[in-house]
Amino acid sequence: MRQTREFANPPVVLGYATIAGPKEGEGPLAAYFDKVINNLYYYEDTWEKAEQKMFLEVAEMALQKASVKKEEVDFFLAGDLLNQIISANFAAKSLGIPFFGLYNACATFYEGLILGAMLIAGGFAKKVLVGVSSHYATVERQYRNPTEQGVQKTPTSQWTVTGAAAVVLGDGEGKIKIPRVTVGKALDYDMFDPSDMGGAMVPAAFDTLLVHFKETGLVYDYYDLMLTGDLARFGQQILVKLLQENNINFGQRLNDCGIMIYRPEQQVNAGGSGTACSALVTAGYVFNELSQGKIHKFLGIGTGALLSQVTTQQGMAIPVIAHAVAFESY
Amino acid sequence: MDFLLSFLVGGVICVIGQLMMDLTSFRVTPAHVLVSFVTAGAFISGFGVYDKLVELAGTGATLPLTGFGHLLTQGAIEGFKQKGILGLLGGGITNTATGISVAVVAGYIIALFFKPKG
Amino acid sequence: MAIDKNEYQKTVEKIKPRPPVLKNCVLAFLMGGFVCFLGEVLFHFLRGYGLSEKDSYTVVSVVFILISAVLTGTGIYDDLVRIFGAGLIVPITGFANSMVSPALEHKQEGLVLGVGAKLFTVAGPVVIYGILSSLIVAIILRGLGKL
Repeated sequence: MRQTREFANPPVVLGYATIAGPKEGEGPLAAYFDKVINNLYYYEDTWEKAEQKMFLEVAEMALQKASVKKEEVDFFLAGDLLNQIISANFAAKSLGIPFFGLYNACATFYEGLILGAMLIAGGFAKKVLVGVSSHYATVERQYRNPTEQGVQKTPTSQWTVTGAAAVVLGDGEGKIKIPRVTVGKALDYDMFDPSDMGGAMVPAAFDTLLVHFKETGLVYDYYDLMLTGDLARFGQQILVKLLQENNINFGQRLNDCGIMIYRPEQQVNAGGSGTACSALVTAGYVFNELSQGKIHKFLGIGTGALLSQVTTQQGMAIPVIAHAVAFESY
Repeated sequence: MDFLLSFLVGGVICVIGQLMMDLTSFRVTPAHVLVSFVTAGAFISGFGVYDKLVELAGTGATLPLTGFGHLLTQGAIEGFKQKGILGLLGGGITNTATGISVAVVAGYIIALFFKPKG
Repeated sequence: MAIDKNEYQKTVEKIKPRPPVLKNCVLAFLMGGFVCFLGEVLFHFLRGYGLSEKDSYTVVSVVFILISAVLTGTGIYDDLVRIFGAGLIVPITGFANSMVSPALEHKQEGLVLGVGAKLFTVAGPVVIYGILSSLIVAIILRGLGKL
């Protein structure tokens, strides 16, 4: 097994929390979030400060829900989409927990979950806090245009999710377990269009998904639910088509966080994206369903487009990655 | 009639910009469109065509950014006729200075007193 | 079960939706035309007051720059462009929006490197290419003996 690791003593989810932005709070999953902020500024004078505030607050909320003190946490694994993962750095500064800064674009949440689970399963930590955030306005102005600049978006473009999520992982007893993970490879399929990240990321999701089943030997209908990160509407269609060409049909059991987080009429074009997209759906919706026993076996495939504004302007293709984490509850 | 021609010509010029974006899957951004239109306006103007379009369509030709290129070229030409090489270099900016200054002042004031909504 | 790169790109091209070109063009035409029509109304009004033709055109442009600046500051302009596309990008209002919006957005980074520098993120290239082309045109005309 090159990319997959199975844990003999699966790490467990001790607690989780989510904060969602205003648009996400109007979406179909609003009821699953711990808190919805009603303004992108969140009572701060800049969006960057608003994002840092969400990040810190969601981390403290997760610790509180897990009844774990900051001092008990061995490591804080966190990342976001801004340059130098600055939101995570500022949250780490305030929390004072030994810190690893992570970046895998929109797959950062799943990267953090994998590393956290490994640290615990390997005996290097008893409790780990994983956190991520993204913010529509901070991302828009860093990667694209000023928010007030008039531009038209393509039908394949996606709306960056505003929100933050944090999860406390630990050893010992817990309802939701992480039995196995699959680490993705960065791939390049010569996809150049930065306004079609869903299409760019599909090969990574496809690859990680198939490697996961191949290396674990699990049957294709093992999981009750499988969610890709943020392929959005058209990416999801491409993925389903690729799977069909390989005679795999997951049917209703395969969906995408970028599709689920917004209603189609919310004017988000193809759907949601951003680190908080898969994080909010996983730590909001999925964990709730798992702990209530509505589903028992879940596979999340976080997807990330590893581009920067500079590489895009220099005409380079978009490298992509996908990480898979299984969650099970009994 | 003036109004109709202004509407039609202005509309058609904008459609050209729209096609540039749509047919290239938006690889042509608004910035590219603006730069292309200024450049195109400057060149067309040099061959005396744009003056006729302004006569015909009025604001339908002056308001699209091709009109900005037209002003630059006409300024350079007029400047050259009056003051030679110095006029050539200064004429374009002189001709467009009002618009640029107003945009700078308006932009500055708006930036000071407004907050982006996101 | 690796996917073939060329095959994959063909699959994407098949599924990827195209922009609604016809609808976009109709909307751009109507709005672009409407902006110019309003300009023409103002132009006739100014001419009625005895302003010269050249000055009238300048005043019309100035008024539209100011309108665009206010609509940008209040966050309306970008919403309109999302619908009307080039109909509001190509007119001088679009140029004004491209100056005001980055300045507004980046004022948090200070008055010099924020507002000052960012005012010209899009306007800079526009002015630069405008000046260069006008000079080239004038030199060509001179070369052809027409100037």
